[in-house]
Amino acid sequence: MSALLLVLATFAAAAVEMVEALTIVLAVGVTRGWRATSWGVVAALAALAAIVAVLGPAVARLPLAALRIGVGALLLIFGLQWLRKAILRASGYKELHDEDAIFREEVAEVSAVAITTKFDGYAFTIAFKGVFLEGLEVAFIVITFGSSQGRIGLAVIGALAALVVVAVVGAIVHAPLSRVPENWLKFGVGVMLTSFGTFWSAEGAGVAWPGGELCLLVVVAYVAALSAAAARVLAARSHTVVLPGQVRPR
Amino acid sequence: MSTVRGFGRFCYDFIVGDDWTVALAVVAGIALTALLAHHHVTAWWCMPSTVTVSLVWSLVRTTRRR
Repeated sequence: MSALLLVLATFAAAAVEMVEALTIVLAVGVTRGWRATSWGVVAALAALAAIVAVLGPAVARLPLAALRIGVGALLLIFGLQWLRKAILRASGYKELHDEDAIFREEVAEVSAVAITTKFDGYAFTIAFKGVFLEGLEVAFIVITFGSSQGRIGLAVIGALAALVVVAVVGAIVHAPLSRVPENWLKFGVGVMLTSFGTFWSAEGAGVAWPGGELCLLVVVAYVAALSAAAARVLAARSHTVVLPGQVRPR
Repeated sequence: MSTVRGFGRFCYDFIVGDDWTVALAVVAGIALTALLAHHHVTAWWCMPSTVTVSLVWSLVRTTRRR
């Protein structure tokens, strides 16, 4: 059960971040050509893989209690940030991500810089930064999530599957993936990270959960219900009922 | 110096994010949980309570500003 949740969480987290990275890569590639852009993407993915390959085994060697406290705290902080933003977007307090608008802005920005050399260093840098920065949080989620369960391979599979799906769909449609229910995914990832972070940090601190591992399901249900209730209350206050995944009326 | 400062800023933004109270609440919650567990007091409720209070507080703080 927790293996499935692990793969789902890393898949969803990676999918969300890769959709955002794809928008940047497409804007740079379409505007300035694909050679340097592709090298930027490859270099960024290699750097992310190196981070996971180096830090993953190192983190896994830590004592389990210390690992669970550290990892639990990190997951909780990441998870609460994802949840907070997803709730604010769902309730209309924060703009929903508009990949089409971001694409247009990015195209305008990168078009303004002239291509002066054979190898377009500007395109390389923008593509590298886009993929690396968007992927860094996913790399940390893979490392922390995977090492805490002793299943870093499964976490990597979840993230790689998302990367392949987003890359293939992006190559087919050749446009920003504006129809992906990003906020739903962010909501789900936030619930998972917060729940696992709650469970592991308490275990690491010496707590015995009533019912053992099964209690994790109760924690997931509680965090999901709390977040959904918060989104509803805030949406009612802002008079904008926008649930995760829905498009806000303009 | 500016590179070090920039890297520090990046790390802060990456780990703490845009609401430092959440990170502080998580650290305090774990410390309290460890303290209670060390003294053999039932402490499983402590982290879910921390999550509830810090999430609600962070949302209230953010929406009040707008």
